[in-house]
Amino acid sequence: MDILDMTALQLSAAIKKGVTTAVEATEQMLSRIDAQDQTYNCYVTVDAEGALAQAKAVQKRIEAGELTGPLAGVPVAIKDNLCTEGLRTTCSSKILHNFVPTYTAEAVKNLQRAGAVILGKTNMDEFAMGSTTETSAYGVTRNPHNTEHVPGGSSGGSAAAVAANECFYAIGSDTGGSIRQPASYCGVVGMKPTYGTVSRYGLIAYGSSLDQIGPLTKDVADCAAVLEVLTSHDEKDSTSIARKDTDFTAALKDDVKGLRIGIPNDYLGKGLDGEVREAVLRAADVLKEIGAVVEHFDLSLAEYAIPAYYTIAAAEASSNLERFDGVKYGYRTEEYAGLHNMYKKSRSEGFGEEVKRRIMLGSFVLSSGYYDAYYLKALKVKALIKKAFDDAFSKYDVILGPAAPTTAPKLGESLADPIQMYLGDIYTIAVNLAGLPGICLPCGTDSKGLPIGLQLIGDCFQEKKLIRAAYGYESVRGDSNA
Amino acid sequence: MANIISDETIEYVGILAKLELSDAEKEQAKADMGRMLDYIDKLGELDTDGVEPMSHVFSVENVFREDVVTNGDDRERLLSNAPQEKDGMFVVPPTF
Amino acid sequence: MEKQYETVIGLEVHVELATKTKIFCGCSTAFGAAPNTQTCPVCTGMPGSLPVLNKQVLEYAIAVGLATNCDITRYAKFDRKNYFYPDNPQNYQISQLYLPICRNGGVEIETEAGGKKNVGIHEIHMEEDAGKLIHDEWEDCSLVDYNRSGVPLIEIVSEPDMRNAEEVIAYLETLRQVIQYLGASDCKLQEGSMRADVNLSVREVGAEAFGTRTEMKNLNSFRAITRAIEGERERQIDLLEAGESVVQETRRWDDAKGESYAMRSKEDAQDYRYFPDPDLVPITVSDEMLAKIKEQQPEFRPQKMARYKAEFDIPDYDIEIITGEKPLADLFEAAVAFGAAPKKASNWLMGETLRLMKEQEVDAGDLRFSPENLAKLIALTEKKVINSSVAKEVFEVMFAENVDPEQYVEEKGLKTENDEGALKKVLEEVIAANPQSVEDYRNGKEKAIGFLVGQTMKAMKGKADPAAVNQMLRELL
Repeated sequence: MDILDMTALQLSAAIKKGVTTAVEATEQMLSRIDAQDQTYNCYVTVDAEGALAQAKAVQKRIEAGELTGPLAGVPVAIKDNLCTEGLRTTCSSKILHNFVPTYTAEAVKNLQRAGAVILGKTNMDEFAMGSTTETSAYGVTRNPHNTEHVPGGSSGGSAAAVAANECFYAIGSDTGGSIRQPASYCGVVGMKPTYGTVSRYGLIAYGSSLDQIGPLTKDVADCAAVLEVLTSHDEKDSTSIARKDTDFTAALKDDVKGLRIGIPNDYLGKGLDGEVREAVLRAADVLKEIGAVVEHFDLSLAEYAIPAYYTIAAAEASSNLERFDGVKYGYRTEEYAGLHNMYKKSRSEGFGEEVKRRIMLGSFVLSSGYYDAYYLKALKVKALIKKAFDDAFSKYDVILGPAAPTTAPKLGESLADPIQMYLGDIYTIAVNLAGLPGICLPCGTDSKGLPIGLQLIGDCFQEKKLIRAAYGYESVRGDSNA
Repeated sequence: MANIISDETIEYVGILAKLELSDAEKEQAKADMGRMLDYIDKLGELDTDGVEPMSHVFSVENVFREDVVTNGDDRERLLSNAPQEKDGMFVVPPTF
Repeated sequence: MEKQYETVIGLEVHVELATKTKIFCGCSTAFGAAPNTQTCPVCTGMPGSLPVLNKQVLEYAIAVGLATNCDITRYAKFDRKNYFYPDNPQNYQISQLYLPICRNGGVEIETEAGGKKNVGIHEIHMEEDAGKLIHDEWEDCSLVDYNRSGVPLIEIVSEPDMRNAEEVIAYLETLRQVIQYLGASDCKLQEGSMRADVNLSVREVGAEAFGTRTEMKNLNSFRAITRAIEGERERQIDLLEAGESVVQETRRWDDAKGESYAMRSKEDAQDYRYFPDPDLVPITVSDEMLAKIKEQQPEFRPQKMARYKAEFDIPDYDIEIITGEKPLADLFEAAVAFGAAPKKASNWLMGETLRLMKEQEVDAGDLRFSPENLAKLIALTEKKVINSSVAKEVFEVMFAENVDPEQYVEEKGLKTENDEGALKKVLEEVIAANPQSVEDYRNGKEKAIGFLVGQTMKAMKGKADPAAVNQMLRELL
């Protein structure tokens, strides 16, 4: 077996057995990136030198028996909104074109402690605002399944890198579907854990109350293993939760018997592509066949999630992105007349269109006289949405549906109409509002050969149920999918 | 379109957000914001009387640190990203 | 008939809390470090950094709230106040708007007329301080130092209950005493650890509605506050008399020029877009937490005054002055504990200490001499090892550098000469050298003896006991 085709767990096992080494895997992966990333543009920055140095150090520690974890020695790609000490971190924005963090994000540190080798930083929608990875200041990323199509976003570079075998696994962030939707478009596994599970320290914030870091992997077993490593209680993040029961790999059991699965009728209605609908329902049937109890139900409020989300996310983003001002780091305009002109020019030249659009909206909804009508109202709707999910989870262990209404659109088709683009987030957004975990895994392809993703949503802290359902489905998928 | 965004509003929000838009961008922003607000107005259909606004999903409370110094001098690294520095400080246009 | 105006004043007082570290990160708050050497990703707004609340800040804020009779908010939150300025690295300040930690309090002040008056406290909230901007004249730019960025502050917002500068000063003195007694801050106006913004409006006497108010900033001393209040009152009255109206605005006081100017700017929209900070979690103040802080509250000034009255035989005026500054009271009590007679200790504080503090512009909090050394000095004079003028000399040195008086007197040879033979010899010389004065004394001029005592002390280089000199001189004559 070509080592580049291995999953992360397979590679680490092979390294431990001495079949290969972290150095060899890294070298081969770097050659692969070198050979094909001009086509896909998954990476903003490839750190070949650093990766090889890490690989050598990690290999030594593996041989010395110091690193024994299931991901030791495995090369990983990191989304470019996670700070990496000494390695440029841009958020795919011009405003951070030269920013080199002085510290490493806690989630990335957790990976390093587990013996990960960081290959580089992956492309994304600028500041994670977008669903196609077309808003990047460093060029679009192409879908490895069809380069005329987008990889999804905002973690499009990470998802594409996994799909194109340009890394063994990748890390993304998910504010409104930014892990699950590109996983769906690229045919890989992506998971957004319960809010508070992975430390946000070092994640350059978009919507702080919604952002979570999570894995993008080749299969469900890798996903569980990576999530287990990412998870920690971090005292530097006040919203980090001290969780118990985080041995997610223990849930990798092919056993969904009695699992109660609910399919929201709201997630199968208008706007959903027929082929996607069919594939998702087929997946539900598969789960039923292997013992799950599957029912349809009305979730309600689904249509209100998008306006609530865009209000909250834009408001938080408008504040989070104020620090990019040309004073302490990043881009400063060449010529300016006075302080405020410097601010305005640096920011206007440094931010792209979509980011400016959301900053303007966010500043407006928080401005004097509008706070109650927009922001506070959205927080109340968020409470109602959470309640709707609470009710659903009193009846079901897992909610099943699509991750996106369609398969990956063609490049250049989405940005023209922002609202249309926002509507594409309809199945993923509510999960962030309610802080829930969600996983997306491949469940087929459409007639064009583009991947279709199946989304499973769990109640807070119920990642294990999700992993169990996903693993169960994945184990039998091949049989019925073909 | 129910929400008509005026030139003044765009100008004002530009001051708040420290963004300077070209005339074409302003027109675009007016149209975009109007449409987004129309869309957000959909929330008005829901009766939220008596609903507590939810900032945090979980009831995590009282996260504190002890009053102990843990950081030392890290000035050199702090300034390593500065667009302009002088005498260990960041340089900005005059504020006086 | 000319209109009579009443001034209505409310205060926003910022107090830097005496914590070791900043409000949201583990950087030191020590004063006077080289620029930007007490910073980290959190207090410089580095991308991805997150705040975590310093528990001591909350405890101090609650303690101040309890001491100023506030209701403590049992469910409090932090909000972001958004505005762009380079001393504010995130371009938002973490503060409290919607659910501040304390509300509805007040303190009693003494008015000029000798009466008592309550000044209401609308709220106290916790927030982070901004960095410092330094103007670079040479290159016409400003330099930013973030050492102060993230230093914890409480902002105490009063009700518009004050009517003149005296009441304002009395209110500030009261707050300062309370906060110093708590040890929550040293409250130094000059160093900026206590800052007061004055909200002022005028209205015709008898009017019920408030006039339009202005906010005055940059007031670094009680004197500046007093002058700014008077200046702003006149400015507003002049406007009204001229048929114009007062504009609600923020003004900056220029103490050198004795005038203020508006801080208006097109870019300064004053629309702070407050919203709950999603990076921080709510605070719930439990009964236990509250009880514990209550239990730890110190003896405040009124109790201390009463106790001094009962315990120590010193004048009421002394009690008033000494308890007025917590560091003085601490010094006094410690010196007494080291064996100094209360009256003597009080005399030293009321006399020489206050004199030198005034002369050298030293705050009570910055006094250098230890109570132990003060007690030693008092013992030296009581045992007549040194005389009072030598004691004053020694005290000046102690005041400057906290020397051990016993050691110092020994080293410098300042002990009073108790050798009667030596004294007699000097006296005889003085008598021989001043026949006219001797004559005058014998003719009943009492004054002449003073001159002779002085000459003797001079000859003895001050190391004699003047009373003993006086007595022996009379005997000899």
